[in-house]
Amino acid sequence: MQLESMYQEIILDHYRHPHHRGLREPFDAQVHHVNPTCGDEITLRVAVKAVPQTDLGGEPTIADVSYDALGCSISQASASVLTDLVIGKPVSEAMEISAAFLQLMHSRDSGPDDDEVLGDAVVFAGVAKYPARIKCALLGWMAWKDATARALGTLNGEQK
Amino acid sequence: MTFDVARVRKDFPILERTVRGGQPLVYLDSANTSQKPRQVIDAMSAFYEKHNANIHRASHQLGEEATEAYEGARIKVGEFLGARDETEIVFTKNISEAINLVAYSMSNASSLGPSRFALGPGDEIVITEMEHHSNIVPWQLLSQRTGARLRWFGLTPDGRLDLSQADDLINERTKLVAVTHQSNVLGTINPVSEIAARAHAAGALVLVDAAQSVPHGLMNVASLGADLVGFTGHKMCGPTGIGALWARHELLEELPPFLGGGEMIETVWMDHSTYAPPPHKFEAGTMPIAQAVGLGAAVDYLTEADLTAAWAHEQQLLGHALGALSEIDGLRILGPTEAAGRGSAVSFTVEGVHPHDVSQVLDDRGVAVRAGHHCAWPLHRALGVQSSTRASFYLYNTLDEVDALADGIRAAQKFFGVA
Repeated sequence: MQLESMYQEIILDHYRHPHHRGLREPFDAQVHHVNPTCGDEITLRVAVKAVPQTDLGGEPTIADVSYDALGCSISQASASVLTDLVIGKPVSEAMEISAAFLQLMHSRDSGPDDDEVLGDAVVFAGVAKYPARIKCALLGWMAWKDATARALGTLNGEQK
Repeated sequence: MTFDVARVRKDFPILERTVRGGQPLVYLDSANTSQKPRQVIDAMSAFYEKHNANIHRASHQLGEEATEAYEGARIKVGEFLGARDETEIVFTKNISEAINLVAYSMSNASSLGPSRFALGPGDEIVITEMEHHSNIVPWQLLSQRTGARLRWFGLTPDGRLDLSQADDLINERTKLVAVTHQSNVLGTINPVSEIAARAHAAGALVLVDAAQSVPHGLMNVASLGADLVGFTGHKMCGPTGIGALWARHELLEELPPFLGGGEMIETVWMDHSTYAPPPHKFEAGTMPIAQAVGLGAAVDYLTEADLTAAWAHEQQLLGHALGALSEIDGLRILGPTEAAGRGSAVSFTVEGVHPHDVSQVLDDRGVAVRAGHHCAWPLHRALGVQSSTRASFYLYNTLDEVDALADGIRAAQKFFGVA
């Protein structure tokens, strides 16, 4: 029985009691991503805050991430963990977490390079051993990355 | 006559292996791709070890042997389907290519003729909501290229085609009706002959996706009444990379070619060409020769295994599965819940557990099934479900394996705390 290595208790907790779920206002960008192999989908909104804060050196922060998703336990839990990790973080730091998560998903058996950055997301290391499920874990993260890039574009006046 | 499943299983080397930490493999994903018997594997090895050469163009002994093996496979497939003769069998790489062959040939006919196959604004193509994507997307593309209108049959609540729409859908504007013989999700066997009769009365052609029915010996093209039938080899104990299109010879004569290239020609000039007679007109370039030989061996294997007895065995597995699954609380079977008029693919949802999670728990116990929309997204949408888990049975499966499926589903419910 290897199930527990994938379905860590933290993952099941997030699946049963997802954090920051539901679509909220205000937001700067909304995206809809689909996993074409299974039909899982997520609508995700990102709000960025551009207000310069001295301690952040004026860098934009992720003010809110809200989402509405249909999918398996892995994709749901992953989106939930994502919101915990990135909300309130400067964009560059959130992007680092996202990059670390992507690295973790492609690490197979080697595990995370950087436990510190990933926080609760390290529990997804077991998912990396099942290639068919990696896309499930990445669905929310890819949507978040896309939405954040668009939100920053809006912020910088490149869009709208 | 009883069907000796233990003897059949011995022919499939892969069924002896273990998975996920030493557990026996319970392979319930044959509607996705079937396993291959030793006889097919050996036939392909023997071809490569002893007879390999290109076909129809090598003037040496190996070339003769390879050509004979390839064309011999065509004869076997023709006989298996009840074709008038082997010139009605066009080899393709799979059924998707077979359907695309027809769609692109009709597309070519729309600009070059003959008008019988030409489509344009005002013409209609009719499909169904039950189709695999490979019998939807080629027709969407064809309608986009030609301006023809795409229409479709809906479903009844119990997962059969809603034929009450037939008079409206099939009319004098209809040029082609494309329908699946057996749903890859629901298992539903459709009344193709009845639909074909209506279509022919309206002057339309009928194409049948037989990917799920040919492997179970349900195909006789002479009695089916369709004009074009596509299927694939890998779901019927054959290798991947080989499928076929059957069509009546006179249709293949008239249909313009799809792919141009070597071996599909009669003569080539710098500004035009003339084409080989069918089926070679549709087989451009070097074909998957060893795969065709493997498909021929698969046909031999299935014929010898006795598909009538195998069908009775599969119906027994199906009946057992439908019974065992319907006893599970929160489990919904998609499609007909009686074995009659139904093939042995069973798709279902489990309340509170996502199909991917169901299949993960099953996989952890060595039970291989498929989860997702099974390349039938519109069908899932029509049924009001996002995705499903599918178990599909073939001649080598056992009643114990059906029980392993039911046990695994209960384990998934327990693991996710819904039972």
